[in-house]
Amino acid sequence: MSEALKYHFTVVGGDFTSAGKASVNVKKLLRQLGIAPDVIRRIAIAMYEGEINMVIHANGGTADLEIYDDRIVIILADTGPGIPDVGLAMQEGYSTAPDNIRSLGFGAGMGLPNMKRYTDEMKIDTEVGVGTTVTMTINL
Amino acid sequence: MLPVGEAMKIQTIVDLLHADVLCGGDRLESEVHSACGSDMMSDVLAYVKEQAVLLTGLVNPQVIRTAMMMDMRCIVFVRGKTPSDEMIALADEGGIVLLSSEERMYVACGKLYAGGLAGDGEDV
Repeated sequence: MSEALKYHFTVVGGDFTSAGKASVNVKKLLRQLGIAPDVIRRIAIAMYEGEINMVIHANGGTADLEIYDDRIVIILADTGPGIPDVGLAMQEGYSTAPDNIRSLGFGAGMGLPNMKRYTDEMKIDTEVGVGTTVTMTINL
Repeated sequence: MLPVGEAMKIQTIVDLLHADVLCGGDRLESEVHSACGSDMMSDVLAYVKEQAVLLTGLVNPQVIRTAMMMDMRCIVFVRGKTPSDEMIALADEGGIVLLSSEERMYVACGKLYAGGLAGDGEDV
């Protein structure tokens, strides 16, 4: 393919039970495109964690998927509160998620570290009071 | 103790844990090679590599989605917990077998391990 295949998804905020639907759809889509199963799993997990983050912290946002010959790029953008200290947020175990989220199995401070773990490159652009954009790249 | 690291049929898990089959009854003959037990989905997503079975006491749709992301084949709800119809439908659509057992987490994991099902990445 010469040009990137691009897909856009909306992540609905405020409804934790439906969080992850976009990731499930991306997983199905990548399977249809014949992407290798281990790559699909890495993308699905990274995007799923990002989607959960957007629902917990930012009242939702958007997810864009770009598929190139040599890489897949996921761009997660929200207009939430922003991350005051990215270094702290990247530490495993650090979380600002409320207790009710912990009782649902998340909020362990593993979201961003997991996203970095499963991708080849991760960039966080954030501004307090404006929002956060996380760009993740996985090489094919 | 029996040798650990063998493949185990999902039917054997049903038998060992006296579990109820909530969905995926037509896939009980498929085999799994490993398992993990956790109520923290982020930990499941962080450390699990090729896990096929998830044992958990947590009941919400994110448990099903976590398993779907990990390509897991089976979820065992311990302590007799029962998922909603919506969760069962989601799992069925994702090709995941759902089981419910009265055993507590520690005992359920122990029985599967003693029965030959390894944890993550164990070289037995």
